[in-house]
Amino acid sequence: MSDYAWPHRHLLGIEELSAEDIRFVLQTARGLEDVSTRSVKKVPALRGKVVANLFFEDSTRTSSSFQLAAQRLSADVLDFKGKGSSVSKGETLVDTAKTIEAMGVDVMVCRHHHSGAAHKLAANVGAHVVNAGDGQHEHPTQALLDLYTIAKRLDRLDTFDFTGLTVAIVGDIAHSRVARSNVLGLQKLGAKVILVGPTTLLPGAFRDLGCELSNDLDNVLPRVDVVNMLRVQFERIASQAFPSTREYAVLYGLTPERLARCKPEVVVMHPGPMNRGLEIDGEVADGPNSAILQQVTHGLAVRMAVLFLVSTTHQN
Amino acid sequence: MQALADASQVTQLISEMGAWVDSKRQANPQHTFALVGIRSRGDVVAHRVAEQLDITQVGVLDITLYRDDLSEIASQPTVRTTEIDFSLDGLDVVLIDDVLMSGRSIRAALSSLMDMGRPRRVWLAVLVDRGTDVRELPIAADYVGLTHAGDEHVRVLVMPTDEKDAILLGEDAR
Repeated sequence: MSDYAWPHRHLLGIEELSAEDIRFVLQTARGLEDVSTRSVKKVPALRGKVVANLFFEDSTRTSSSFQLAAQRLSADVLDFKGKGSSVSKGETLVDTAKTIEAMGVDVMVCRHHHSGAAHKLAANVGAHVVNAGDGQHEHPTQALLDLYTIAKRLDRLDTFDFTGLTVAIVGDIAHSRVARSNVLGLQKLGAKVILVGPTTLLPGAFRDLGCELSNDLDNVLPRVDVVNMLRVQFERIASQAFPSTREYAVLYGLTPERLARCKPEVVVMHPGPMNRGLEIDGEVADGPNSAILQQVTHGLAVRMAVLFLVSTTHQN
Repeated sequence: MQALADASQVTQLISEMGAWVDSKRQANPQHTFALVGIRSRGDVVAHRVAEQLDITQVGVLDITLYRDDLSEIASQPTVRTTEIDFSLDGLDVVLIDDVLMSGRSIRAALSSLMDMGRPRRVWLAVLVDRGTDVRELPIAADYVGLTHAGDEHVRVLVMPTDEKDAILLGEDAR
C-alpha cells in the first residue's frame, strides 16, 4: 500500500472506487477515529479550507455528520439548505453551486433528490464534490461507514477483506441508495450479499449484480454474519408496495424471536432513522448485537477520511 | 551505499538512548515516564528502549494530520493510527524519532501531543541529528545518538520493522 495514491478528485459513488480505494478510505478512517475521543477533538489537516454543505433534501444526521467531520479537520463550514434559498426561487443546481464556489469553497458536499446530481455538480465546478446521497442512485459515505462498522465488529480492521462473510440487506431495496452503494462496496471487499424483501420492493436487476434475492427473512437469517435493516421510505413509495405496515412488520421486522435464529455474534445494522416496531424492534435496536450507534460514530471518522482524501489529492 | 552504523552500532546507540532515558528517570523518581515514538521508525526505537527499561507506557504517534506540507508533497499522505492508550497529563514524555532534520516533524509531533493532553515535560531523543545547518525551525534534541551533517540521505533501518539494523548513507539509501 505504500506506493498507493488516492486517485479521485471527487467521491461520487462506490461504483467508481476499486477495492483498493475502498480499503484506503477505511484505513484512513481508522487513523482518524481517535480524534473524536481526545481532549482536543480537532486536527489541523484542512486548516484554511472551506467545505460547503449543499443539502437540497432534508437530512439532519448526514448533514450534521459532515459538518462535524469538516470541523474536526479544522475546515470552515458553509451550511446551505435548499429550502428557503434561491433554489426555491428557480435557480438551477449548477448556478447555485457556482455562486457558492465563487465564495472560495474547496469541497462541496451535496445531497439532492435527483440521481446524478453530484456527477452534474462535479462536471461543472472546480471544487471537489462529495456525494451525500443522490436520489435513488448512491449514498457512498453511508456504505463506507457500514463497511467500517462491519470490519470493526467482525475483527477485519487489519485487512478490510470480507471474504467468507454473508450480509443480508432487508427491506425497501427498490428505493434505497444505501442498498445500492452497500451492495457494490460489500461485493468489492469480497462479501456475499443477500437482498431480502417483498417482491414489490426487490428489483430483479440486483440479481444481475450477483446478489441472491429472497422473500423469506426467516430462511436467510441463520446464514448471515450481518443483517442490515433498511428504513421503509414511505415518502418514496408512490404506490401500494405491501398490503399493510402490520403485515410488513410480521414478515420483515427484526424481532427478538428472529434475532434468536441468527448466529450469536450477528451484527445488526440500520442506517437510520428507524421506524421502531416496523422494520426493527426496539429491543433489538438497543440490544448487544446492534451496531446502530457505532455506525453513527464511525460515520464521522469515515467522512473525515473522505474530506481529507479528496482535499489532499494531487490529481488534476 | 555507505553504512554510517552497522547492526551492532545501532544496537549500541539504542542501548545508550535507553541509558540516557534511565538517567532522567533516576533523577526524577517522583515522575512517571512514558515513551512516544514517531511513526514509522521512531516508534520501533521507542519500543526497543521501553523493552530495555521495562517501561510499560509506550505510545505511537502518527503526525500526518499535523504536517505543514500536505499541499506540497508529491504523493498522497497516508494517515495511520496514533496509539497512545494512556493519559499524557502530568507525565514526563520522551519523544523519540530516528532522524532529526528540518525539525518540522518534531513541531508536528509536539502539536499533536499537546492536543492529546498536557504532559509535565517533553524530552526529545533521536538516533541521528543531521546538524543545525539543515534545521528549519528552532528545535534541538535533548539526546542525540550521533550527528551526521553531510548532504547524503540518511536512512535508519531497525528490526523488527526492517530485516536488519543499520544506518545507511547516500542516494541508494532512499
